[in-house]
Amino acid sequence: MLPTNDDRYKMVEKTMKKLGYERSALIETLHTAQETFGYLEIDALKMIAKRLRLPYSKVYGVATFYHFFRLKPKGEHTVVVCTGTACYIKGANEILDKFEKKFGIKAGETTSDAFVSLLSARCVGSCSLAPVVIYDNKVAGKLTSQDALDKLEETLS
Amino acid sequence: MIESLEDLNEIAQKKLCAQGDCEDEIRVCIGSSCASLGSEDLSKEIAQKMEQEGLQKRCRVKGVGCNGLCSEAILVSHQKKGATSEDLYTNIEASQADDFIALLQNKKDLKEKLYDLQQAFFFKQKKIVLENAGYIDPNDIEDAIAHGAYQALFKVLDTMEPKDVLDEIKQSGLRGRGGGGYPTGLKWESVAKVHSDTKYIICNGDEGDPGAFMDRAVMEADPHKVLEGMSIAGFACGASQGFIYVRAEYPIAVEKLTKAIKQARKYGLLGKNIGESGFSFDIDIRLGGGAFVCGEATALIASIEGGRGNPRQKPPHLSDHGLFAQPTVLNNVETLANIAPIIQKGAEWFKNIGIPSSTGTKVFALTGHIKNTGLVEIPMGMSLRELVYDVGGGASGEKAIKAIQTGGPSGGCIPEEHLDISVDYDSLKKIGSIMGSGGLIVMDESSNMVEVARFFMDFCRSESCGKCVPCRVGTTELTDLLDKFVAKKASKSDYELLKNMCEVVKESSLCGLGQTAPNPVLSTLKYFEEEYLEGIADD
Repeated sequence: MLPTNDDRYKMVEKTMKKLGYERSALIETLHTAQETFGYLEIDALKMIAKRLRLPYSKVYGVATFYHFFRLKPKGEHTVVVCTGTACYIKGANEILDKFEKKFGIKAGETTSDAFVSLLSARCVGSCSLAPVVIYDNKVAGKLTSQDALDKLEETLS
Repeated sequence: MIESLEDLNEIAQKKLCAQGDCEDEIRVCIGSSCASLGSEDLSKEIAQKMEQEGLQKRCRVKGVGCNGLCSEAILVSHQKKGATSEDLYTNIEASQADDFIALLQNKKDLKEKLYDLQQAFFFKQKKIVLENAGYIDPNDIEDAIAHGAYQALFKVLDTMEPKDVLDEIKQSGLRGRGGGGYPTGLKWESVAKVHSDTKYIICNGDEGDPGAFMDRAVMEADPHKVLEGMSIAGFACGASQGFIYVRAEYPIAVEKLTKAIKQARKYGLLGKNIGESGFSFDIDIRLGGGAFVCGEATALIASIEGGRGNPRQKPPHLSDHGLFAQPTVLNNVETLANIAPIIQKGAEWFKNIGIPSSTGTKVFALTGHIKNTGLVEIPMGMSLRELVYDVGGGASGEKAIKAIQTGGPSGGCIPEEHLDISVDYDSLKKIGSIMGSGGLIVMDESSNMVEVARFFMDFCRSESCGKCVPCRVGTTELTDLLDKFVAKKASKSDYELLKNMCEVVKESSLCGLGQTAPNPVLSTLKYFEEEYLEGIADD
C-alpha cells in the first residue's frame, strides 16, 4: 500500500494540486516525483495515475517516452558522458567506450553493486568545452580519454 | 508595482544612480561554460574580499550571462568608471580572486590575460538578441530595466493597437529563428484574426539539436527579453496566457526563467491589467523531458498537454487548433527575443540589418574544430567563410577545415569550397543544408563524413517517436546500412538502396523529424560521394 503519510508523496501531491489535478499535469508531476524520489518507482506511477484519473498504461507510456525519466534508482555515483555532436567530433565515443569496458555495463545501466550509473547525454549545451563528462554533477571539459579515466578514478575514490 | 512608463523609468533611473555610486564594475561570466569551471564561486569570493579590503564602494561585482567567447572561459570583464569599453580578461582560474583585488588596488596588472577586443570575433558581430548578455545580472529585474527591458512593452500598451504591432512585425521581415524561417508577422496575424476567448503563446525552448546552445544562453543571460517578447505577442494576438517549454536538462535556464517570471509578476509586468492598460498576460513554465521530436510543433503541444510527444497530421494548423484545441502561436526563443528591439527601434531599423529576404541577425553556436568556440550573433548575409575564418578564427588544430554542418540532424554538410555563400535561409537551402536553429559544427580533415552521417542517422533513429512507419523503420534501416559503409562492407546494391531509401523516408514521413532525417546523408552523398564509394566492397 502507499505510504501516504510519507512526506515525499506530499511534494508530489502539492504539484498535482497546484495544477488542479488536470490530466495535463502529468509530466510536471513526474518531474516532481523523480526529483523527490530520485527515480520513478512503480508505486509512485500508480499513485499518480489514480490521482490524475489516468490509466496506468498512459502514465507508464509517458514515463518511458522521455529520456529524462528513470524507472530505476541511480547508483551511488553518476557519470554522464555527453555524446552531442560537438563532443562526438572531439572523441566522446572513445571515452564512452573506455568507461563501458571498465565497468562492463552499457550507457544507461548501473553496476550490479549499485555503485556507479553510467549515462550518455544527447547534449548538455557546454559544447565549447567538448568533449564533456559530468562526474557527480561536476562538469569537466576538454578531456582526452586518459584525462577522463583519471578523473573517473578521482570521483570514485 | 509598475503602473506606467514613468514608474518604469524611475526604477531604471534609481538603479543607474545607485550604480553610479561605484566607480568600477567587475562582471564575472556565469554562463554554462564559465560556471562549470567555478566562476560562481569566483564571483562570490571577489565580492567577499572586496568587502574585507573596504573596496565595495569603489567597485561592484556581478555575475552575468554568456558573453560568447566560451573557449576562453572563465571570462571576467572590468569596466572602469567613465570608460566606453571594458577590459576583458580571459582564461581566468577560479582561484584568482586575489588578483582582481590587486588589480583594483593598482598593485598588479593582468596584462597577459587581457583580450584584444579589436579582433574580428567582436567587431564583426552585431548584437540584438544578445545585446544585454554579458552585461546584466539575470537574477535582477531592476538591472534589466536599467538596460531598457519592458520599454517596448509600455510603448505597445501606451501607443499602439494590436494591428499596429502586427504591421510592425510584418514589415520588419522577421522570420522564425527555430529553423523553419516562416514569417513571424504572418504567423501572429493568422492567430490574431481567429475569434476565440482563449488563445495561447508558446515559447519553444526545447533546443534538442545536439551541438546547439543559443537559446539556452538567451534564457540564462537575459530572460526578461523572452518574457517581454511573449507579452507583446500576447497583446498582438489577443492571448492572455503563455507557456515556456524548456528542457529539463537546462536547470540553470529553468532557474533564471522561474526567477524572472516571479519578479515580473511582483513588479506588475506580468499578471492582470498590466500598466493599468486593461491587458492581462501571464506565463508559466513547462518542463520538457529530453525528446528531440518535441521541437516539432504538434509534438511539443502534445507534451505540454501531458502526453507522449507524438506529432500529428497538419492541418488543422496551430492557428486554429493548437494547445488545448485553442488558437496558438508557437515561436522559438530567439524569435521572441527579437520582438522588443523591433518594437523599440522600428521595423525600418531592423530591415537595414541583414539582407532583404532574411532581415536581422542570427545567433550561432560555433563548435567543433574551430578556434573560437562559443556564441556569436552576426548580421544575415555574411558569408560562411567570414563567419568561420574571421569571427570563428579558423581551424583549431593544424589540419585544414573540411566541411561545416548546419541545422544539426535535420541539416546538411557544406564542403569548404562552398563557404562563400551567404548566411541566409534561402542560400543555405539551395545548397542542400538549412539555417536550422543555429548550431554550426566545424570539421577538419580528420573527420570521416560517412561516420558523421551515421552519427546523425543514429540520433534520428533513437529519437523517432515511432508513430509513422517510414521514420520508425526507415531510420533504423538507414543506420544499419550506414554501419555497413563505415565498416567498408557495403555492396553496390547497398549504395543504390541507401539513396533510394533516403528519398522514401524524406517523402513519406509524417513530421519534420523524419522528413529531414536523410538530409545529412543526402548532403554528404552529394559532396563527399567518394567516401561512400570507398566503403563498397567488391562483390
